Amino acid sequence: MSNKQTHRKVWLEFLGSMNLAITILVALSIASIIGTVLQQNQPYTNYIIKFGPFWHEIFRALDLYDVYGSVWFLVLLGFLVLTTSVCIYRNAPVMLKDMKHFRLNVQEKSLRVLHNFNQWTLSEPTDQTEQRVDQILSSRGYKLRRKQDGENIVLAAMKGGMNRMGYILTHTGIIVICIGGLIDGNLPLSVKEWTGKLKVETRDIAAKDVPQISRLKPSDSASFRGSVTIPEGSGSNLVFLNVRDGYLIQELPFAVELKDFRIEHYQSGQPKSFESDLIIHDDQLEEPLKKTIAVNHPLVYRGYNIYQASFADGGSVLQIAARPLFNKNQKSLPLEGKVNSVKQLETINGMLSIELNDFKLFNIFPAEKNDPSGKKFKNFGPSFTFKVRDEDGQAREYVNYMSPVMQEGRYFYLSGMRRSNADQFKYLHIPADSEGSMERFFKFHAMLNDTQRVRQTAEQSVDIALKASKLPDASMRDEIIASMVRLVGLFNQGGYIAIDKDIRDKVPADRQVKVAEAYLKILQNMLQGLYLNLLNSEGVDISKGISPEDNRFFEDAVNGLAGLGAYGTPFYLQLTSFEHRQASGLQITRSPGKNIVYFGCLILIIGIFMMFYIAHQRLWIILKPADNGTEVLLGGAGNRNQRDFAQQFEKLVNLFNRHLP
Amino acid sequence: MSVTQQDLANDLNPRSFISTLSVFDWVWAALLVVGTMYAYQQYAVHMDAYEVGILFGTGIALIGLGWGWKATRVFMLIAGLLSLIAISQYGGDLGQADQRFLLKFLISSQSATMWMSALFIMATVTYFIHLFSGNEFIGKVATSMVWSATTMGTIGLLVRWRESYLISYDYGHIPVSNLYEVFILFAIITALIYLFYEMKFKTRNLGAFALLVISASVAFLLWYHFEKDASKIQPLVPALQSYWMKIHVPANFVGYGSFGLAAMIGIAYLIKDRAVTNNSQSAIMARLPSLEVMDDVMHKAIALGFAFFTIATVLGAMWAAEAWGGYWSWDPKETWALIVWLNYAAWLHMRLTKGWRGKPLAWWAIIGLFVTTFAFLGVNMFLSGLHSYGEL
Repeated sequence: MSNKQTHRKVWLEFLGSMNLAITILVALSIASIIGTVLQQNQPYTNYIIKFGPFWHEIFRALDLYDVYGSVWFLVLLGFLVLTTSVCIYRNAPVMLKDMKHFRLNVQEKSLRVLHNFNQWTLSEPTDQTEQRVDQILSSRGYKLRRKQDGENIVLAAMKGGMNRMGYILTHTGIIVICIGGLIDGNLPLSVKEWTGKLKVETRDIAAKDVPQISRLKPSDSASFRGSVTIPEGSGSNLVFLNVRDGYLIQELPFAVELKDFRIEHYQSGQPKSFESDLIIHDDQLEEPLKKTIAVNHPLVYRGYNIYQASFADGGSVLQIAARPLFNKNQKSLPLEGKVNSVKQLETINGMLSIELNDFKLFNIFPAEKNDPSGKKFKNFGPSFTFKVRDEDGQAREYVNYMSPVMQEGRYFYLSGMRRSNADQFKYLHIPADSEGSMERFFKFHAMLNDTQRVRQTAEQSVDIALKASKLPDASMRDEIIASMVRLVGLFNQGGYIAIDKDIRDKVPADRQVKVAEAYLKILQNMLQGLYLNLLNSEGVDISKGISPEDNRFFEDAVNGLAGLGAYGTPFYLQLTSFEHRQASGLQITRSPGKNIVYFGCLILIIGIFMMFYIAHQRLWIILKPADNGTEVLLGGAGNRNQRDFAQQFEKLVNLFNRHLP
Repeated sequence: MSVTQQDLANDLNPRSFISTLSVFDWVWAALLVVGTMYAYQQYAVHMDAYEVGILFGTGIALIGLGWGWKATRVFMLIAGLLSLIAISQYGGDLGQADQRFLLKFLISSQSATMWMSALFIMATVTYFIHLFSGNEFIGKVATSMVWSATTMGTIGLLVRWRESYLISYDYGHIPVSNLYEVFILFAIITALIYLFYEMKFKTRNLGAFALLVISASVAFLLWYHFEKDASKIQPLVPALQSYWMKIHVPANFVGYGSFGLAAMIGIAYLIKDRAVTNNSQSAIMARLPSLEVMDDVMHKAIALGFAFFTIATVLGAMWAAEAWGGYWSWDPKETWALIVWLNYAAWLHMRLTKGWRGKPLAWWAIIGLFVTTFAFLGVNMFLSGLHSYGEL
């Protein structure tokens, strides 16, 4: 054997070895586990926050953020295909031969040492016995071959040869699946990227501004998986392919228009269906193709699959009343804006920009435990989300609900605020008045900002106290009134926290508790006084005391007022009406390898069943002419389950016992 | 030996399987044909072509099951009959669950599931008594308990299916859609696979071990029911509204059930193996099947599980292609299914090609159950992804 041939043999042996195969199976498992434990393809900033810059760099270099798209994972898969192929290359010819070959060259000696062996001595001629044996074995599905070996007749029987085919099918199946997967994988994209023909776009710019180097023509890619969000009434002839921390644009040979998007809900409020009415515009079509898609019901058009994947706001038009806060003037300013647009507003805090980010028609939340309707879920109604950004670029995010929501038996308008995406929203609860509106609350708030009125109220209550000679000295009057007004101001601007801070700053530690109690009492008095004014102005008859409802409202309103200081904007945006416009998130894919993969799966499954449930069995019979008769030697071997084969062999021996004379 | 000439002749012309069937076999087939046709005629308008295919496929499969494993016919008949009774007791009114005696105490889906749970736990205890005492009668009692539990569990699921439609038409769906429901399915399927091997290998002494994994699932089910109130029927999210669910989920659970069973036999194997090495004379150990038999059952269970798990994963991929836009997305659930598959593929290679037997494979089967459990439960609990139904 030449040196070259030896090398080849060693290589084949290594590549086709079971040890290598098992090692690859284990390595693939471990790699797969990493990919599930470490969330894949997140924005890089998330990883930096999570692991710190040092580990982030290492993980990124190892492609751990995109394990399944990484080169080393692909190499592993390549090795799996290689080792399986070598395995088939080496074993398939042997197996195919084994399927057909009856192994007639059996020696009596080797037959006798078989685990499954039996013999009989009959008093009939050999040819008659041969006929019997032939009949018995054929009746049990064995195929036979015959050979005359001197005086002896050798019969070789076999069944279940398809078991060997099972081996070939399963392993071929794996290779076929991998090839199909490779066709649908992102290898061609990666190659284009390495050769510099393609560059991933990471900037957040409009699709039309994305340069050619980040765009793919329809003919450029056999397979891709992209997504696009289309607002109702618009269309798109491209999709975005997410690649690591950026994207590419894939152009389509047709345009998809979204006519209508619908969400249906169950009684309980959970979503029941998402549907999009699509129109396909294509020069190849005589007239546009209309089709409704839904989850689990995609549209397949020219080899492109169009799926309902998600939904979003498509630029709803919102009518908003901006109610000024911290102002005795209650006149609100009307605003109109589309979702995803920015409005500028001149305020007492300078120029603020309002970024309208989202609108939701439904807000389904788990209901309170003792909800009177007994439902598990509850619809809070429409809401919109916006960010308020100041001139320094600092922003807070808000979510405001259009309608009041019942909580603990009362209705509140909810407005959530948070400083960063990582925080939970903190909610401001504005109690609804008996009309269900926010008017009374904002009137109350306006009164707090009407310094003159606050002063009057303070004067009134101080004078009443003086008259009842509860206050020792009239000379203190102005000072007391001034501090009362100041207290209301503090509360108005910063809630209880501001008052607390004031006490901590100005009062010696040993007297703080006492002063706090006194302050709270005064504040309560003042707020009550103002509230009575409010009720009076509304024409409520308070001669018989305040009704429990009005009292409840007062408490809720004070809680709301206390929160306004930290709310962070000098206005409250109230959604007055809207024109809902939705957008549908489509996933558009092309996977020409799909049918190859399915074919691979099919032969894999057929192969598995052949391997497990067809047993390859061999029998050998030697018929030896003896004195006045025949000696029968029967031996057998199975290639898989020895216990099962032994049982079958025993049955066969019994059959022989019954049928041989 | 008194064998007639005719017998001998028959012996050598083994009749085709069909001609060995008895009258009852044909009655069985006729019953299922009628039942399937009735279901088709009643519900065809609500089904798409695939669902019709699944309906007839199920009918044929059940005929085959009853022919191939006769004992299941009694089980299927009783389960079917009691479910029909439950459905007729309901009429069209879910409120009957608290009114009618039979529904309240026996065959509403809640009651039936509770009966199933109780019977499985009792069967576990009984199998242990059987193993320790060697009393054959007790063993038979245990077996019939498992059959009864399986029957009640099946009734529980079938009636639940109907109940979902009684809540509201658009709520209706086959009860294999969340963790609560599939745990019942797991218990039933594992029990059936165990019963099959019990019949085939004629030993009841593995019952104690096999029932352990079922009891564990029952324990989880009860905790889930009482602590998390998980037994309420919830409507289907859009992604699950597909005929694929009807075949993907059950195929998966044949896999999970077999793997669970294999691990339990692995435990029995290791215990016996230890007793053999220590030369123990314990009667209990002697009662356990031989190491060779246990090794064989373990292998068969894993082979069965592997075959069905492969089918289930392929079906899952085909469903994913239709619902998520790709047959493979490296979603955590998919990936873990692959890991489970690779694990048992390696196991089978070791046994079939490397000739491994016994102890290392028993250990591996037990570890395999942990991997499988993580794929089944852990992924939903700890990893985010598209299979996010049934949170704990």
